[in-house]
Amino acid sequence: MEIWSGITEAFWLLVTLDADLVEITLRSLYVTLTALVIASAIALPLGALLAVRRFRARRITIAVLNALMGLPPVVVGLIVYVLLSRSGPFGVLGLLFTPTAMIIAQVIIIVPLIASIAHQALRELWSDYHDLLISMNTTQAQRVQALLWDGRRALLTASLAGFGRAIGEVGAIMVVGGNIDHHTRVLTTAIALETGKGEFALALGLGFVLIAMAIAVNLAIHVIGRTERGGRW
Amino acid sequence: MKRTIFAALSAALLATGAIADEMKLAVTTSFHNSGLSDILLPRIKEDTGIEVQLLVVGTGQAIKLGEAGDVDAILVHSRKAEDGFLAGGFGTHRREIMYNDFVFIGPSTDAAHVAEAESAANALARIMTAQAPFVSRGDDSGTHKKELSLWAAAEIAPEGAWYKAVGAGMGAALNTAAGLDAYIMADRASWLNFGNKGNLALLYAGDPILFNQYAYLPVNPDKHEHVETELAAKLEAWLVSDTAKALINDYKINGETLFVFNAK
Repeated sequence: MEIWSGITEAFWLLVTLDADLVEITLRSLYVTLTALVIASAIALPLGALLAVRRFRARRITIAVLNALMGLPPVVVGLIVYVLLSRSGPFGVLGLLFTPTAMIIAQVIIIVPLIASIAHQALRELWSDYHDLLISMNTTQAQRVQALLWDGRRALLTASLAGFGRAIGEVGAIMVVGGNIDHHTRVLTTAIALETGKGEFALALGLGFVLIAMAIAVNLAIHVIGRTERGGRW
Repeated sequence: MKRTIFAALSAALLATGAIADEMKLAVTTSFHNSGLSDILLPRIKEDTGIEVQLLVVGTGQAIKLGEAGDVDAILVHSRKAEDGFLAGGFGTHRREIMYNDFVFIGPSTDAAHVAEAESAANALARIMTAQAPFVSRGDDSGTHKKELSLWAAAEIAPEGAWYKAVGAGMGAALNTAAGLDAYIMADRASWLNFGNKGNLALLYAGDPILFNQYAYLPVNPDKHEHVETELAAKLEAWLVSDTAKALINDYKINGETLFVFNAK
């Protein structure tokens, strides 16, 4: 059975701490966690702002953000590729086929997702807080801060959704990273490569490692954030 | 918050800063799938100090990467596309390095009797006559272009439900052929290294028209001044050296020679 040999393969890769596996796993984490930090720094305040502030283009901004949640990664990859190519507008930076290019692509992919979920969660919180914060004569920045802090657990969910989308993503990072061995190869592109070589067991093994890692990261974040342990919710 | 974003961005940029003596080389999937690159790259690093970063793509995309200046040199196998690349002034010159050959793969039951074919054209005619499923790369790669030229030489227009253009790399196309029990043309190296052979078997090979010449083309610095011309020249000198010759000619899978060194 192919599945079984995949599990065996994953087991051996893990117990022997295969050097290549460790390297691409760490690179996967580096790329996705960096993208997650940057994307959260953009998307969470954006979501809060959309909840707090009423402005003319608000509705359309929200609609566009929601629509962009479904951005096909390969299209994002292609756009970033064309922009970063030596013959493109940002070619002089020489960023194409580097981990930085992969981070940029992933940021673009997950910002709309995180911002949309954050906005959804904070909107409800805002309806609770609205009268209080208005009566206290707070500034807009203070309101955003209050929402971000008190809604932090819901925002964690938003960020984790972004992490989930980024860590399993292959279309964009394949295009902008180029899957270069020891340079831009990550778990998902390695899986695509091994599938192409017909090495299904190894590909499946890497897949199980990816799943295990995603679970580990989620658990770690929950433990650090002390969610599901009483407290507010 | 702004400062945090800036710090994160600059950290990401610094982490990818260039280390000396790295160059990017676009190579074809067939070259990489053969496993030869795993033998050559460590030796290149050892002998010349160059860390060659491989971009494994089809010939069509390799040429595009060279034209855009996103790589420093390309190693491909499609004469027509290479000549166009040079005519456009994108490469400085073309250096032949080695060749391997294409083979016809199909279900071991061989309903179309390809194993008894007298020539490559005859093999294709047999597949067409039998309307046996045939998987084509369909991705504008060197192998795909070769396959199309063979159909043209056999004076057959490959059309119909039996002809399946999958638009994928060699390995993915072989996976499809294994799943469909279909015929397919592959380079010998990819076939021997392929892990999911299923019911497939090598049915026909040996027609001289199936030889597949690999050539090395450095990207022209007149078009893109940032390309690593010196490193590209150093790599070329190594690729035509006796060390490379011995490594390439001695590379075997299951006791079969894959590549023949023929650089002059």
